[in-house]
Amino acid sequence: MTQGDFVRHMGSAGSGFYGTSRQWHRVYLDLPLLLLLMLLAGAGLFVLYSASGQSVHYVNRQLVYYAVGLFVMLTVAQIPPRFLERWAVLPYLGGVILLIGVLFFGVGAKGAQRWLEVGGFRFQPSEILKFAVPLMLARYLGQRVLPPSFKHVFFALIFIIIPPILVILQPDLGTAILIGISGFFVLFLAGLPKRYLGFAGLAAMVVLPLMWFYILHDYQKQRILTMFNPEADKLGSGWNIIQSTIAIGSGGMQGKGWMLGTQSQLDFLPESHTDFIIAVLAEEFGLVGVLLLVGLYLLIIARCVMICLGAQSMFGRLLAGSITLTFFVYIFVNMGMVSGILPVVGVPLPLVSYGGTSIVTLMLGFGMLMSISTEKQRAA
Amino acid sequence: MTDDRALKNPQFESRIFVLRLLFGLLVVVLMVGVLLWRYFHLQVVRYEGLVTLSDRNRVLVEPVAPTRGLIYDRNGVLLADNRPSFNLSIVAERAEDLDSLIEEIDSLIGVSDTEKTRFYKQLKRRRRPYEPVPLRLDLNEREQGVLAVNEYHLPGVEVTVQLLRSYPFGRELAHVLGYVGRINDREIQTLDPVRYSGTLVLGKTGLERYYEDELLGQVGYQTVETNARGRVMRHLERTDPIAGKDLHLYLDSRLQHVAYESLGEERGAVVAIEIATGGVLAMASAPTFDANEFVTGISFDNYDALLNSPDRPLFDRVLQGQYPPGSTVKPLYGLAALESGIANKDYKIYDPGFYQLKNEERKYRDWKKGGHGSKIYLRDAIIQSCDTFFYDVGVRMTIDTLSLYGSRFGLGQKTGIDMPIERAGIMPSRAWKRGARGLAWYPGDTVNTSIGQGFTLATPMQLAVATSRIASRGEMRSPKLVRTEHALLPPAGRIQASDDNWNYIHQAMQDVVHTRRGTAQIINRGLNYHIAGKTGTAQVIGIKQDEEYDAETVAKRNRDHALFIAFAPVENPRIAVSIIVENGEHGSSTAAPVARKLIDAFMEYYPDSEFIGGENDPR
Repeated sequence: MTQGDFVRHMGSAGSGFYGTSRQWHRVYLDLPLLLLLMLLAGAGLFVLYSASGQSVHYVNRQLVYYAVGLFVMLTVAQIPPRFLERWAVLPYLGGVILLIGVLFFGVGAKGAQRWLEVGGFRFQPSEILKFAVPLMLARYLGQRVLPPSFKHVFFALIFIIIPPILVILQPDLGTAILIGISGFFVLFLAGLPKRYLGFAGLAAMVVLPLMWFYILHDYQKQRILTMFNPEADKLGSGWNIIQSTIAIGSGGMQGKGWMLGTQSQLDFLPESHTDFIIAVLAEEFGLVGVLLLVGLYLLIIARCVMICLGAQSMFGRLLAGSITLTFFVYIFVNMGMVSGILPVVGVPLPLVSYGGTSIVTLMLGFGMLMSISTEKQRAA
Repeated sequence: MTDDRALKNPQFESRIFVLRLLFGLLVVVLMVGVLLWRYFHLQVVRYEGLVTLSDRNRVLVEPVAPTRGLIYDRNGVLLADNRPSFNLSIVAERAEDLDSLIEEIDSLIGVSDTEKTRFYKQLKRRRRPYEPVPLRLDLNEREQGVLAVNEYHLPGVEVTVQLLRSYPFGRELAHVLGYVGRINDREIQTLDPVRYSGTLVLGKTGLERYYEDELLGQVGYQTVETNARGRVMRHLERTDPIAGKDLHLYLDSRLQHVAYESLGEERGAVVAIEIATGGVLAMASAPTFDANEFVTGISFDNYDALLNSPDRPLFDRVLQGQYPPGSTVKPLYGLAALESGIANKDYKIYDPGFYQLKNEERKYRDWKKGGHGSKIYLRDAIIQSCDTFFYDVGVRMTIDTLSLYGSRFGLGQKTGIDMPIERAGIMPSRAWKRGARGLAWYPGDTVNTSIGQGFTLATPMQLAVATSRIASRGEMRSPKLVRTEHALLPPAGRIQASDDNWNYIHQAMQDVVHTRRGTAQIINRGLNYHIAGKTGTAQVIGIKQDEEYDAETVAKRNRDHALFIAFAPVENPRIAVSIIVENGEHGSSTAAPVARKLIDAFMEYYPDSEFIGGENDPR
């Protein structure tokens, strides 16, 4: 599918923006999902303007990121699921090779090597794996007899485990866990036998203490300890959590009003426009604002679930299901860490936090969902 | 792969998927529940508490340092002032790279190693985030200009104005006023953190320390809205600080100047007391130092130099220097002899130049080789400072009488002056020797004590107090630097002696100065009033039996200390002085002229015979 094709299809949509879902399906787009995403992005811009200290600069850049994300989503939506399935191995292999490259040629700061630099352009290969792992797993398991046999579970686990291990070495534990989870969701949705889940639970009980002593870096342990007792280090790592809980709590039911949140406007809240943006929203729009945002997210998830249920192939179902659940995990981890019930692990609030990388990766996922949602039209 | 496909059962597999997805959704719903419960808990249940925290964050109560009280001399001359000082502070959180920032500042306006060390030390102390830490105090105009021009590429640098102590008479009053200095780690433990919030310095020595409480004042507050960088966005309310109390001294800065002038290059101490009040008119310890250096933080090198100098400029000789008083005690013991009846006015001795205790070989020498001859009466013994006479009456009075009178005149006890550190000296007695040395008292000890040698030690302030008590005919007053509401208190006690005996001692001391044979006759030229005085010499090294003291061969530092006490005018005494010139050899040649200059100046500035601490005195 080339861009020329896309433009031609747009033209044939006829009645334009106000056309029916069916007409939008001709350009392989899911109108409800698109509208919900745009609503979220619009609300996000409002909050960002306040959170960045009324910075038009940030709002403009975020608009550019949304535009790029939209373009990526629209482009990916044009790719037929069969095509995705056929070439699913490529991003996985490519991503793993780049991850190995990062370990040797990576650049970064604060003791972590996360970026590759090619011709002055920096990117994080771990982002590729966020969609490459579910793709790979959905392809592998979608073609097997389900529920998967021991052999297939074994190989699936190998595919799941390799990228997170490489990412942990960078080290970036948060991303590694998110990648692993997205792969695990495919395995789970494919009907992973319950006894394996039991084994997984046991394994976790063995592995977690080992991780504490051998894998976690001091700063990571600190973050976990901080979560349990932020008062212990008020001015250091506890500062962020104390300030964000104050921001959320002082918002109360109604909030202090747009651009009137003292915690964020007077810079007590760190990272207020990126990872901690939910605290700004909670402070300025109160519990009402939080409920509206969560409601919007749930609507998006509901629409995604409908897409999952309507998918034509097992590959499509598994991929869509994994993307949907992973999307929720991002929301949960972010809102959990900002409100102090999860350790601080640098996960942005999906489509609201400022930052291009996360927006583009997420929109790419939604592009794949749209591609799956219109599989029927392609067949026709 | 094809095998697998052949075995696939699409309906069955779809059902598995749907069940799993629904299970996943169930978990999602549960987790959303957890999140919403958490946000509900924060925003509704804990709302009140967190709103308070948010306000406390935003609204900062900032201390406003009170203005330190000023110090004036008796004529209203300002001795300790507050001047604005431009200080460079750094907000470490805003500096991109602290070390290179300080290097940059160093290259622009210079930062000493001492200042860097202090800065990093203070940076490590507990402080709230974005609290500025001072790096350089007291920038001059050029430095302020350089910083203003370069400010844009020096993030984290702040220049603030603060009042800082300054001493117009930095050297001449260094020991009296003392100085303020930056509060250090040790002091911070004991200070009231509320009173000192916002205050950078406290009194370290001298009056600044003794009257710290009065001078400090009451801290004020202002509530301000700040951002997390501590930058004040808005002032909300303010309680003004109450300035510290001003101090008015008895001291006259002109007399203080004369004291230092007349000491010249010598090491020593000069004290002048207003007899009617006990007020200290002048109080000089030489060599001295510049108190201003300590205010902004003296460099470690300069401090070491002051600390390790053999001349000990930081040492306050007036209150902490303990010297053998030598012959200056003779008027006291003379009075003791008269009062105890051991020697009346007709008692006379023959002085062969030495004294021997009964049944003892040892000769206690007179300072004058060959002695003062025959018919030495008490008045001659004072005028010519005859040692043999006092050996004789001293032994006859016994140490108990000497000790009793010495103590009444203030020897061996702190004078009670309003200064933080004072030494008590030693007035030996049987009890003292048993306690301090664990030895019995020997008659030979009495011999030495009777001319102010042996164990006896006194500070220049104690000698001035003793002189004042002689001059006032026994009025016991403690010396004071700071004037209070009640300038004229009755004396705390009185040394009982007959008028005749007081007159006799006064006359003898006047004759020390005003007769040809007097040891201080050198200062009587051109005097149009009467000075009563007594010279003294304090041995620095012991002289062995049959050994002559030869000033030429003894190194300057081992030479005797010269002492002189005096009061004037004799008919209506108003000023009492004591002088010590270290290694000045003879009281008559080096110490007495200092007293003459000082008393001359006093008589010139305060010619009327009314005591000067009276009601109509300007305050």
